[in-house]
Amino acid sequence: MKLFVIGLLSGIISGMGIGGGSILIPSLVLFANLVQQQAQSINLIVFIPVAIAALIVHIKEKNIIFKFTKWIVLGGIAGAILGSIVAIRINPDTLRKFFSFFLFFIGLYELKKKDR
Amino acid sequence: MHSNQIKLIGIGLITGFINGIFGSGGGMIIVPALVFLMDVEEHKAHATAISIILPLSIISTFLYLKEDMIQFNIVLNIALGGVIGSLIGAKFLKKIPAHILRKIFGGIIILTAIRMMLR
Repeated sequence: MKLFVIGLLSGIISGMGIGGGSILIPSLVLFANLVQQQAQSINLIVFIPVAIAALIVHIKEKNIIFKFTKWIVLGGIAGAILGSIVAIRINPDTLRKFFSFFLFFIGLYELKKKDR
Repeated sequence: MHSNQIKLIGIGLITGFINGIFGSGGGMIIVPALVFLMDVEEHKAHATAISIILPLSIISTFLYLKEDMIQFNIVLNIALGGVIGSLIGAKFLKKIPAHILRKIFGGIIILTAIRMMLR
């Protein structure tokens, strides 16, 4: 039940168009006692079906610039493999600290961001 | 190879790395990069970001799961809540102004970050 509520709340946040992972990962670590890597892998898994649904809508509405996608994905594959290997090898507490710093800057960015 | 293509590959490297090491946050890199470096409109940047982060997240998921199996019922519970929540969130989205939402969200995130550092 606790997990369902955590999913529900982060779903509401991400449905509003702001990062769901920034709520889901900390909630799983702080309230469900998962280690950092487990919380992160759950966020990755949950993202996949939601992203596929969103992608179908965006392809229909022709919002995607595919000539950018292919080059970015090319570099992205190397980055994703590298980043994931580091995450798997690193100590969970160290990874949690790095994640906290990243989260802190996301928070600052959202507060400072100008509406366009 | 054009300088634009090198730029795009570089953006990809950083996005993939962040998304891989934190299991999230690729969008925080790719959307501003597309808007400010490549002059893409914001809504197209969001859409393009999903087409990039989806394949990268699939790769990361495989690498994570190979190492540390997650119980399926945990994922199912969260995913179920997540799908219902995102439908509710999408309805609320139109009722609360974006700049207010972002301020509240930013504040919560900063507090969460501090709490996580101290755990």
